[in-house]
Amino acid sequence: MTTKPKVSKSELAEQFRAFIDPDYVITDDETMKPYECDGMSMYCEMPLLVVLPETVEQVQRVMRICNENTVPVVARGAGTGLSAGAMPNKEGVVLSLAKFNRIVEIDPLARTARLQPGVRNLAISEEAAQYGLYYGPDPSSQIACTIGGNVAENSGGVHCLKYGLTVHNILSVEMVTAEGDVVTVGSDGLDGCGMDLLALMTGSEGLLGVVTEVKVKLLPKPEVAQVVMAGFDDVQKGGDAVGGIIAHGIIPGGLEMMDGHAIIAADDFAQAGYPRDAKALLLCEVDGTEEEVHEHIAQAEEVFRKLGATSVRTSRSEEERALLWKGRKSAFPAVGRISPDYYCMDGTIPRREIARVLTEMEAMSEEFGLRVANVFHAGDGNLHPLILFDANVPGEFERTEAFGSRILEMCVEVGGCITGEHGVGVEKIRQMAVQFNDEELQQFHDVKAAFDPAGILNPGKGVPALRFCQEYRSLEHKQHTHEHTEAAHG
Amino acid sequence: MADISQQLKEQVLQARDSGHKLNIVGGGTKAFMGREAGTDAGTLNVGEHTGIVDYHPVELVLTVRAGTPLSDIEATLAEEGQCLHFEPPHFGAASTIGGTLACNLSGPGRPWAGSVRDQVLGIRLLNGKGEHLRFGGQVMKNVAGYDVSRLQAGALGTLGVITEISMKVMPKPAASLTLVQEMGMDEVIHYMNSRAAEPKPITAACWVDGKVYLRLAGAKSGVEATAEKWSGEVMEQGDHFWRQVQDMHHEFFAGNDAPLWRFSIGSTAATPKLEGNWFIDWAGSQRWFRGAGELKDLEPAARAAGGQVSLFRGGDRTGEVMHHQPEALKGIQRRIKSAFDPDNIFNPGRLYSWL
Repeated sequence: MTTKPKVSKSELAEQFRAFIDPDYVITDDETMKPYECDGMSMYCEMPLLVVLPETVEQVQRVMRICNENTVPVVARGAGTGLSAGAMPNKEGVVLSLAKFNRIVEIDPLARTARLQPGVRNLAISEEAAQYGLYYGPDPSSQIACTIGGNVAENSGGVHCLKYGLTVHNILSVEMVTAEGDVVTVGSDGLDGCGMDLLALMTGSEGLLGVVTEVKVKLLPKPEVAQVVMAGFDDVQKGGDAVGGIIAHGIIPGGLEMMDGHAIIAADDFAQAGYPRDAKALLLCEVDGTEEEVHEHIAQAEEVFRKLGATSVRTSRSEEERALLWKGRKSAFPAVGRISPDYYCMDGTIPRREIARVLTEMEAMSEEFGLRVANVFHAGDGNLHPLILFDANVPGEFERTEAFGSRILEMCVEVGGCITGEHGVGVEKIRQMAVQFNDEELQQFHDVKAAFDPAGILNPGKGVPALRFCQEYRSLEHKQHTHEHTEAAHG
Repeated sequence: MADISQQLKEQVLQARDSGHKLNIVGGGTKAFMGREAGTDAGTLNVGEHTGIVDYHPVELVLTVRAGTPLSDIEATLAEEGQCLHFEPPHFGAASTIGGTLACNLSGPGRPWAGSVRDQVLGIRLLNGKGEHLRFGGQVMKNVAGYDVSRLQAGALGTLGVITEISMKVMPKPAASLTLVQEMGMDEVIHYMNSRAAEPKPITAACWVDGKVYLRLAGAKSGVEATAEKWSGEVMEQGDHFWRQVQDMHHEFFAGNDAPLWRFSIGSTAATPKLEGNWFIDWAGSQRWFRGAGELKDLEPAARAAGGQVSLFRGGDRTGEVMHHQPEALKGIQRRIKSAFDPDNIFNPGRLYSWL
């Protein structure tokens, strides 16, 4: 935790304006307003001020000044995060990397791209397409989210099971430390000597350093991709079919599941021709060479039929493939149409628990009087329940949060975790006490201090102060939770 | 099949109280790695801490005690048609999964299948305070807390005792074959990288003694169709060849005392002009070198090629054996070390003299 800053807002702004274009040292409330939150807009805070440096040296100087004066720094990319990880600190600086938006170099032979942190995720694949290459991780926000933010969150997407997360797809990052040094972790080699600081940096939610350049790996674009859609009249059968595909030795490029509520909302929105009476829908995409895809698609169709699919449909053209995906990809806005607001959760579970988890969630839905629709990255066990609510009804968001907490605790109970790809941020900081005990949380704090002795980088996010954990665990319904954690781990 | 974690914990606490150091040993097959630190450390034997804790084939997740031999794990996975995709080298029958992670060792498929570090999902770790901690989990995605699990890969046991590992496992490929052809060292870098840039089921690429070897694996139809399009002879006993590469039993690696240098560099970088012999693996990203030289002389060549060099085996191991670290990263790593092991109990001086 930081101590009180040693410098006033106007003194700080003056120091920054000595080396940053004064137009990009923002201190007035009206211009700062868009920075008050990220994609998790229920959590807002106005910062002390916002700076948009354009060189690494300027970032270094900002960090040195903030470090000397113990002023909190919150680094920010596109602000699409879904756990309030980029929510400002009211006594701190928002350090926007928006001006670092250049693709520095693409090396088609080495299959790498050097990127400034503000480059959008989708822009990488668009630029690499001319060489028949693309960047693997494709979070839903890929049209807007930046590679710097992807590193901070270890972002995934629908292709993780086969192609991995951000941590598997980057070679190195250049970063500015809390003390203002520039260091490179990782190299052009696939691994290096010493501790794997690249792994530690990935998913560290802006608590360990400010990323100023990223080198990513690119993949050859598969020759063919085809998708099989299968409907089931029972969630358990859908879950078993996921296991059936894997047991058959097929690793799909993408394997997504939707429950009955999500199927109808998505089909109303996209007119994708989904089986509207199904209780579970699977989209299984196979990619690779023509021969391989042909072989695996036939096997997948057979597996689904054998395991009780009520309908099976395979895309026969790129248009049809795009249509089948359109429903899934628009599931969030589709659900947005049937409710004034929705709250997207992000737990992970072992796949075999899917039916139990969805059934229990239905029961909770009745208990809390709130509807819930589910989309599920079934291939890697990442569940996104969407809780539908109306923020204008007093008390409804609080009830939604309580429902969400229960879902995350259930994820831990069945052997999963509280966040698969959205990060902890502010949103899930209390549930960290459910997944980890005090010794483990203290170890995280000690790791943080190794990078950031003064504690200026994104304070109050990611890892909870231990005194709050004791309070959270001591709430009546939480008393059992750590035993459950042990049992689930054991 | 024994859980000796309580005993390990007591040994750590005892060492802490008495001010002794501990050298962490699993199967003892990788004693040649890292520095000879010359400390009078006692032995902490994790090799008895064995057994598969949890394995669900359809989840593609295995949880195993760190002292479990690789061969036991692979036999269990094989019954379900699965494997350790990162092809860990076996330096002996006793090689364990814990040592493999601590040393971050992966075989020829690494550029495509990922490394041991990439497959790790979670660990249990005894830190220097004798606390038995859990990080990560048993699911494919988990971004709660820092990735302490993958931090262990390559740390050579300097941060604590890995007691349990959860990792991703994969189906064995249905078919595989190897294409071999003669090629000079200068043209092979471009060739291997060009092949790797094609959307074909390539899963290994290496060059030694004037020949390039490419492995194709996956669905039978895809493997065969690619083999027809690409040049090179189909190698008989291709699997045997890759096994020799994986376990470093290929004759290039013979002779344990002569220095064996490992360059981890950009896949397309020109091979450094040094007097000696090369074995190029990982489509150019890992290059083994046998020749004269000292670390300080080889480092500039590795840096120019975008990477690092280390003395993997043999030679003088009393000095540094790993590529040197810049001051700022040294500072961070020293502080991380004391965050996990404040009394400097575990493997002191094994990774770097200053750690």
